[in-house]
Amino acid sequence: MMETLIITALNGLSLGTLLFLISMGLTTIFGVMGVLNFAHGSLYMLGAYMCLQAMRLFHNFWLGLLVAPLAVGLLGMAIEVQFLRKIYDRHLTLQLLLTFAFLLILDDAVRILWGAGYHTVDPPRLLAGTLRVLGRPYPVYSLFILVLGPAVGLALWAFFYRTKVGMIVRAAAMDREMASSLGVNVPKLFTYVFFFGSWLAGLGGALAAPLRAIGPAMGEKIIIESFIVVVIGGLGSFPGAFIGAMIFGLFDAFGIHFVPRIHMAIPFILLAAVLLWRPRGLFGEEI
Amino acid sequence: MRVQGLLGILVLLALILLPSFLPIYFVLLFTEILIMGLFALSFNLLFGYTGLLSFGHAAFFGLGGYAAAFLIRDWGASMALAMLAGVIVAGAAAVLIGYLSVRLDEIYFAMLTLGFGMMFFTLVHQWREVTGGSDGITGFGSPTLKLFGLTLSLGHPVHYYYFALAVVVGSSYLLWRITRSPFGLLLLSLRENPERAAFLGVDVRRYRWFAFVIAGIFAGLAGSLFSPFDRMASPTMLHWTKSAEPVLMSILGGANLFLGPMVGAAIFFFLEHIITKFTTSWMIFLGAILVLLVIFFPEGILGTVVRRGHGKG
Repeated sequence: MMETLIITALNGLSLGTLLFLISMGLTTIFGVMGVLNFAHGSLYMLGAYMCLQAMRLFHNFWLGLLVAPLAVGLLGMAIEVQFLRKIYDRHLTLQLLLTFAFLLILDDAVRILWGAGYHTVDPPRLLAGTLRVLGRPYPVYSLFILVLGPAVGLALWAFFYRTKVGMIVRAAAMDREMASSLGVNVPKLFTYVFFFGSWLAGLGGALAAPLRAIGPAMGEKIIIESFIVVVIGGLGSFPGAFIGAMIFGLFDAFGIHFVPRIHMAIPFILLAAVLLWRPRGLFGEEI
Repeated sequence: MRVQGLLGILVLLALILLPSFLPIYFVLLFTEILIMGLFALSFNLLFGYTGLLSFGHAAFFGLGGYAAAFLIRDWGASMALAMLAGVIVAGAAAVLIGYLSVRLDEIYFAMLTLGFGMMFFTLVHQWREVTGGSDGITGFGSPTLKLFGLTLSLGHPVHYYYFALAVVVGSSYLLWRITRSPFGLLLLSLRENPERAAFLGVDVRRYRWFAFVIAGIFAGLAGSLFSPFDRMASPTMLHWTKSAEPVLMSILGGANLFLGPMVGAAIFFFLEHIITKFTTSWMIFLGAILVLLVIFFPEGILGTVVRRGHGKG
């Protein structure tokens, strides 16, 4: 029994870790730019497909892990410069809708380029196979994700709280106009932030590639999951994204195990419960 | 306003005459446009008039659809009864969801309604014994209408078209009257400046709640028209992607005009009709059109036309 609980918790944390990476991008973009990016899940999906493509071309997972997020980041940057930038002064709904339009475009583009079927990516040889955890076989790759996630999280924390650039980003998130009058090039900063957020989505996708079936529906699913994570944690909050992701992952994993019939509803119940209890999320500013 | 009214009368005439000169395929297409247009109009009472972006509106559409499907399949109910059931079920759900959701606004309102909507989706999707799970409810007979002791079959697409036209036009008129009433103007004030309305003594939550319930009722009505038309009630009717459709339609047509969402629905389905002739991936085109629209015509197609019609301003 105890082993089952721990294995289930590990599964939950590994899902949470992936969600954390993706949600970090989402929450950073929202926190700094005030845009809730509907296309974020599609960028994640694109990361997975890019990784798949890199594997086909170079037969090297690590190269894919390097190239895929970069490609996705550059695409996000192009979207920001060419389209999103034109409507910052408009209503929030229009920005939401523009990113939704890119969700439609990217999802169909993926279907055209790679087909409607599902694909799989093998984990790199170094991380293939299983390890015995409490006497039970557990995939090494999942453990790798479990270690990597917090490491990336720590690096992000150091970036935001220990570097000058990170400080500027946080300043712009807090007060755009003030940062601008202090000499921060805010439009340029927005472009970089969108690149960074998209890069994180792509990284999440590339890391998820060996873990999940790669198909055209994966973006639509993860965007709702990461919305829930960032709203639970508090939109724009970095610790919120971490805690939200872990809570989501654990509830999901234990839900599948103990209440499989209503497991699909659990994230939404969680979302509604948190919002009704704390309208701005766990780490959001109270109103 | 005059442009819109004149346009409305012309379009209505065309709609009445339509089955006599267009093939049955278009009759079906227009039935769908009318029903989905009503769904979009009900959504826009919240979005365009009250300033609340609901992302769970499909829940009411779907609940209305399931209620009607149940009644027709199990009791052989007539359309009037099926629609009444749809309205009651959707309205009851809207009373509950609305009461909880209007505590929040902006993006948080959108997320909370998304959450509630998806709860109903999973309920319908997972409760196989009752709802048939992902297969939905099918195999119910053709809808009938019982009037003054007469039983009319609505099985023929043209009959159903006229029935839907009558219901949609009647409901649209009701909704229009609501938006012109003191209550409707009050909703506008909530959209423009909720703080100020609150200072003036308006119970913001209560009026948002009322708007939510009315919107839910009309969405339920649209749903109860849709499932007998489609001969099926399926969980996709409640999914969040279905909730996104009235958002798109409202923006396509123009959320600031009463008939904008209806025009948006027509544009939506015509585009789908034309584009799917050439390619299966019409979403990529819809997305591209949406990008252009958001950047160049943020008031929507009807909004732009009406503004041009009025000259500059």
